[in-house]
Amino acid sequence: MKSSVITFPGSNCDRDMDVALKKFGFKNKMVWHADTELPKSDLVVLPGGFSYGDYLRCGSMASKSKIMKSVINFANSGGMVMGICNGFQILVETGLVPGVLLRNKYLEFICKNVFVKINDKKNKYFKNVDNEVLEFHIAHNEGNYFCTYDQLKEIEDNNQIAINYCDENGKIEDQFNPNGSIKNIAGIFNKEKNVLGMMPHPERMIDTSLSGEDGSLFFKNLINNLK
Amino acid sequence: MIVNEQVAVDHGLKEDEYAKICELLKRTPNITELGIFSAMWNEHCSYKSSRLHLKKLPTKGKKVIQGPGENAGVIDIEDNDAIVFKIESHNHPSFIEPYQGAATGVGGIMRDVFTMGARPIANLNSIHFGSPQHKKTKNLLRGVVHGIGGYGNCMGVPTIAGQTSFDSSYNGNILVNAMTLGLVKKDKIFYSKAAGLNKPVIYVGSKTGRDGIHGASMASASFDEKIEEKKPTVQVGDPFTEKLLLEACLELMAGDSIIAIQDMGAAGLTSSSIEMASKGNLGIEINLNKVPCRETKMTPYEIMLSESQERMLIVLENGKEEQAKKIFDKWNLDFAVIGKTTKSKKIELYFDEEKVADIPVNTLVENSPMYDRKWKKAKLPKKNKFKKEDIKHLKIIDVLKKILANPNVCSKEWIWQQYDHTVMGDTIQKPGGDAGVVKVHGTDKAVAASVDSSAVYCWAHPLTGGKQVVCESFRNLISVGAKPIAITNCLNFGSPENEENMGEFVECVQGIGEASEYLKFPVVSGNVSFYNQTKDQGIKPTPAIGGVGLIKDYKNMITMDFKEVDNLVLVIGKTEGHIDQSLFARNILDEKNGPPPEVNLFNEKNNGETILKLIDNNLIKSAHDVSLGGIITAVAKMCIKGKKGINIKKPKYLINEIEYLFAEDQGRYIIEINRKDFKKVTDILHKNAVHFDDLGTINENELYINDKTKVTIDELSTSNKSWLTNYMSK
Repeated sequence: MKSSVITFPGSNCDRDMDVALKKFGFKNKMVWHADTELPKSDLVVLPGGFSYGDYLRCGSMASKSKIMKSVINFANSGGMVMGICNGFQILVETGLVPGVLLRNKYLEFICKNVFVKINDKKNKYFKNVDNEVLEFHIAHNEGNYFCTYDQLKEIEDNNQIAINYCDENGKIEDQFNPNGSIKNIAGIFNKEKNVLGMMPHPERMIDTSLSGEDGSLFFKNLINNLK
Repeated sequence: MIVNEQVAVDHGLKEDEYAKICELLKRTPNITELGIFSAMWNEHCSYKSSRLHLKKLPTKGKKVIQGPGENAGVIDIEDNDAIVFKIESHNHPSFIEPYQGAATGVGGIMRDVFTMGARPIANLNSIHFGSPQHKKTKNLLRGVVHGIGGYGNCMGVPTIAGQTSFDSSYNGNILVNAMTLGLVKKDKIFYSKAAGLNKPVIYVGSKTGRDGIHGASMASASFDEKIEEKKPTVQVGDPFTEKLLLEACLELMAGDSIIAIQDMGAAGLTSSSIEMASKGNLGIEINLNKVPCRETKMTPYEIMLSESQERMLIVLENGKEEQAKKIFDKWNLDFAVIGKTTKSKKIELYFDEEKVADIPVNTLVENSPMYDRKWKKAKLPKKNKFKKEDIKHLKIIDVLKKILANPNVCSKEWIWQQYDHTVMGDTIQKPGGDAGVVKVHGTDKAVAASVDSSAVYCWAHPLTGGKQVVCESFRNLISVGAKPIAITNCLNFGSPENEENMGEFVECVQGIGEASEYLKFPVVSGNVSFYNQTKDQGIKPTPAIGGVGLIKDYKNMITMDFKEVDNLVLVIGKTEGHIDQSLFARNILDEKNGPPPEVNLFNEKNNGETILKLIDNNLIKSAHDVSLGGIITAVAKMCIKGKKGINIKKPKYLINEIEYLFAEDQGRYIIEINRKDFKKVTDILHKNAVHFDDLGTINENELYINDKTKVTIDELSTSNKSWLTNYMSK
């Protein structure tokens, strides 16, 4: 399986993602934002970080990068595109996934482990994951997902919510919402579910000596689903 | 502008220093030259009051590749890997403008590290605030934490450990010390020594603006009512540019075009160019019209003294300019050839085709003032006699809860959750433990780091306090299973012109020196921050020690959380019952006098090395050093972290229960071992003549003392975790 990780100026989880993808069998290439063509890929990842220093609005400038035209075309033709954290912020700026990401409710950066409940498994990202709940790691300042009432209805009707913040037993309640996201949303799909944007970083959960191992589970499953 | 003595005094120079400048130049300096002298000769850059004493610190060792004198220290961690690290203060700017002050402190120290070719892999910090009741404290704390996070998070470097304290002596002078560790290949370390004639001098990074002019002079003066006027001297940081600068520099460093590189930190272009020239015994000629400026009509004086952030000065090999420029273009950074190295041994500046400065380099560096300031030796205070009646009525659990909720002991989760501590995917011990630990990327090795200070002990007796801080750093590294290698120090003191403050400095440095010599834990880098005082009130002496150690196989790392019910818990090291200056004495008995606990270097070394032996033999399940709040506080924290309880039995010897549990004797650890290993463990302890107490057994979720008193761990956890969050949300 071939993957590509895009590096924007200010990306800082690009290496971590490269390490994770390779660890689970992807042949990964790093792609520079100023390039115009994507290498042949089965998966494109927009990594976390602070592309363009979060200036103007998180993700907005990166969404206009040269390479993003190819990424958008790739997504629109059914290619798998995953945006993590700042990558998710870039995805909402391109309009590939609906909604926006506001500043965290308590106006503070949050770095900690959280639990997320998988809402939909009829997609290549979460199909065949045995668990209902995964322990992931978040590190962000603007992860407070928001959309209009109409958008929310559409998202729900199409089952586009990927994961919700919850407790270890999968209970989705306000107290387990770290950033104020509407409906505890931690990640969403586009309509076709080939594009996934999520705040948690599975690439930081790929070894028991790190924050945990549910990221390993996620990546192992993902590469199998793509085969 | 005509330069005279008054102008020099306004620049922070003393009358006799100005006379010396005129004598060295054999003429009156012009305003640009005076600005350069004032920047190079202030306390912050010249170490004029401290140099004499710093020379006495042990700086060499088998593992030391580079000691003090470069941008940062470098130590060998085997297999051609090396760690570059340093701690630096940004106290004055952080008090004036907490967000930017703290942010640029973090940015500055990271630049010091990547200037040497190392990729930063971990940040730490030591931050100290006034009394929680003081009206400024909350906002300063919030601003500093946001600033540290804002910069470090954006750079994508994990903040893995730190220290926060509150004391009214910081009411008018907070401390913000930032430390960075970087990883480099031993044969790819870059230095700041220029070499070769007519080599191009390159300016890269951000443009130069009017921010931070006289920042270093500001940091070398005391505060008064007019500090608000000093806001313009605080630099403004842009972590995004620094991230680009980091990547661009590392990309350039992968080749072989750099002769020397130096970041523009305090005193900007002035100190960076002069340091490179001085180390290379060369001259440097700069055309100031070539310096990329952000603002119009900047004068030579402003260009030379600006402390705009995210800038570097590089001496390149001839003919490599185009190749280097391409890299900086790719990262959208300014790149300008601004001058060349010369044989004149002078710093020569041109502006609008006129020579605007012409100063022999040695007058700025070797001839800079050095003072043997008067200082007063501190007496060891008399021990207090605590009356039984004062102690008897105290309920241990109530005292414990109070101590766990004390601002200086309570959980700092509210702070470190705002720092990205997991980016780079190598953090294997997060903040909240004895030391932060990161894996050396792609290897089985891991590096541990911690930062410590004990202002109260240093204030009570500087010599003992100085030793104690080094020992505490040593213990924190040992507690996670790391072999301590070297330290960096950030020496925060009041005015060197005050004999008592100067005495505190001299004796703390002496203590640090003695301990680091004995423990073979040399000082490889550091920074001095004097004038931490408002009007004539100095802070408590606060040397902060950043220690670094190596874990050869990361799987042998130790954490402090209790692991398993029915395991045994031992206290390593002898408890004499030293209550003076303990958290218990100061906060529960309200007794602020008395000597700090004695430091016995032999025991420190022997106990620590024996713990490492036990770890090597896989005999330790969890470990934690005993510090503030004594044995019971250490044990309670291990319970909270591991969500387990303990049955404590006070050993029969000597002292009473309270003294045993709350004393702050040094050189002690708490360890958890498996019951079946008891003999193996005690054999090793006996063999090495290490005193230990059999403290108790781990249980499900309650803390018992001598089978009687009990409390649930949840209750202790709430005491420990709620204070800071409640304080900040009010």
